[in-house]
Amino acid sequence: MTGGPARPVSRRGLLTGGALATGAVLAAGGAAVTAARSEDPANPVDAVTAARVGVAVEPFHGPRQAGVATDPQAHAAFIALTLTPGTGRAALGRMLRLLSDDAARLAQGRPALADTEPELGLLPARLTVTFGFGPGLYRAAGLDGHRPPSVADLPSFRVDRLQPRWSGGDLLLQICADDPLTVAHAQRVLIKDSRPFATVRWVQQGFRRAAGTEPGRTQRNLFGQLDGTANPAPGAALDAAVWAPDGPDWLRDSTTLVVRRISMNLETWDLLGRTDRELAVGRRLDTGAPLTGAAEHDEPDFAATGPDGLTVIPDFSHLTRARVTDDRLKILRRPYNYDGIPTPEGHADSGLIFTSYQADITRQFLPIQRRLAERDLLNEWTTPIGSAVFAIPPGCPDGGWIGQQLLG
Amino acid sequence: MPSAITARLLRPAALLSAAVIATSVAGCGSADEPSAAAPKPSTSASATAGVLGIRDPWVKAADKGMTAAFGTLVNDGGADATITAASTDVSPVELHEMTMKDGKMVMQPKQGGIVIKAHSSTVLQPGGEHLMLMDLKRPVRAGDELTVTLTFADGKTQTFTAVAKPFTGAQETYAPGHGEPMAGTSATPGVSMSPAS
Repeated sequence: MTGGPARPVSRRGLLTGGALATGAVLAAGGAAVTAARSEDPANPVDAVTAARVGVAVEPFHGPRQAGVATDPQAHAAFIALTLTPGTGRAALGRMLRLLSDDAARLAQGRPALADTEPELGLLPARLTVTFGFGPGLYRAAGLDGHRPPSVADLPSFRVDRLQPRWSGGDLLLQICADDPLTVAHAQRVLIKDSRPFATVRWVQQGFRRAAGTEPGRTQRNLFGQLDGTANPAPGAALDAAVWAPDGPDWLRDSTTLVVRRISMNLETWDLLGRTDRELAVGRRLDTGAPLTGAAEHDEPDFAATGPDGLTVIPDFSHLTRARVTDDRLKILRRPYNYDGIPTPEGHADSGLIFTSYQADITRQFLPIQRRLAERDLLNEWTTPIGSAVFAIPPGCPDGGWIGQQLLG
Repeated sequence: MPSAITARLLRPAALLSAAVIATSVAGCGSADEPSAAAPKPSTSASATAGVLGIRDPWVKAADKGMTAAFGTLVNDGGADATITAASTDVSPVELHEMTMKDGKMVMQPKQGGIVIKAHSSTVLQPGGEHLMLMDLKRPVRAGDELTVTLTFADGKTQTFTAVAKPFTGAQETYAPGHGEPMAGTSATPGVSMSPAS
């Protein structure tokens, strides 16, 4: 297969110029959306179902932490903390006992202990609090030998424009729920109990569609793309990709997390027509189907060629570059959109809080990231501006606390 | 500084926490049910058959001076229970209540002790009755577990464990003649709560 630069001028021009023959495609796309809508039966809001959103519970206790394999909630806050110099192993134990107790109570729809706004703790809305340990936590605890080896600063990539204000962190609190007020309260409670031990390094807040809006569907990012189609299927495939299957008790049932803040340039993306956008991804925007298929989960045919003799799915497409078939080498993406304040000129500050869970960052995430950094046409419109890595330690039983296997 | 309004605002919280199901404070939620997987012996306050059920006990973390312990005391028995004294190994303890003096809420020793009526509960809370730790011999750090012993009018005693929470409220003014205000009243919460172990 030939790469993008060797392609005929017309196609390159299409991809980079972005202004060709888009009107008809857009019109057709619009018609398709309208048709799909009209096929849906009239479906008035089900008040009973809506009321259940608030009281729904995700268990906090268990061998593995919640918030990883959990069906993604609508809202998220990622909080990275920097441990203060005095916070060593024993202090970390006291800190994580407090935070685990807060998380367990709030997840059950009970106010935190000494909750100053207890009414805000009564609707968990599937709240999960997931704890992540950065490399600095292992050093602070004097336990660097227990750090999973792949939990280390990532190598720098050609495409990176990393900013310190979105990067690094000793302890991560990933808070997810189907209600934004629940997320905000949990964030407040957890930060208050963290203050004797740590300072806030960065906070990233993100969203997906509201609970019940599009059940079971792959999420859309602010480019309008379906995002996460290639995730390992829940069950055996996901388990093989994500969880450490064995090892000592501080490692077994753990995973790792890469958080990257990806700025998405909606201004230059606007310059592209629909065909160009689909070629960049290798998928249809409406269905998410590979350009050689009809449905989202159809297997892509990378050998198929079009009338021009070129492969239908370009070699430089995101689909081609990110492709992994072995479940054990896949990553679990659980992204959230962010949408900041536009500039006075109306330029968007939008992007993705990209999260990737995998048993081993070096074995699974890095090969994919290298291929993408090397040649993924989407790099033209996306820029990594933040990066952090964490171990997600095992869960804890009722009466236990997150990190007890390591720090207890 | 604290006012009657502040104290009033805190009351719904206490009502609400009183309705919350029984629990302990150590680690992830309830340790009322013995858990074989628990990494260490339960520190639950209500594990032993004491005079009272003690729910959600906690103490305000403080480096020095005074601080206070709170929780919900449940009397399932058929007779009133009266707490006449309390003690910890970090400081003398007084039984306090809040009262209005000269238009301000102030705290003062509770005459006759803290009474928990039969088949009812009493909430010890910021702005209300509480156990006052008078003069800390050592810091009570966030996440520490403090053992508190209650003595009742009939001579019985009961011990429970309260976890130390960072908490910037509960800045009640002490009634005149009773010394300094509670610790942790500076404008920078957390700074005074050293994490060093």
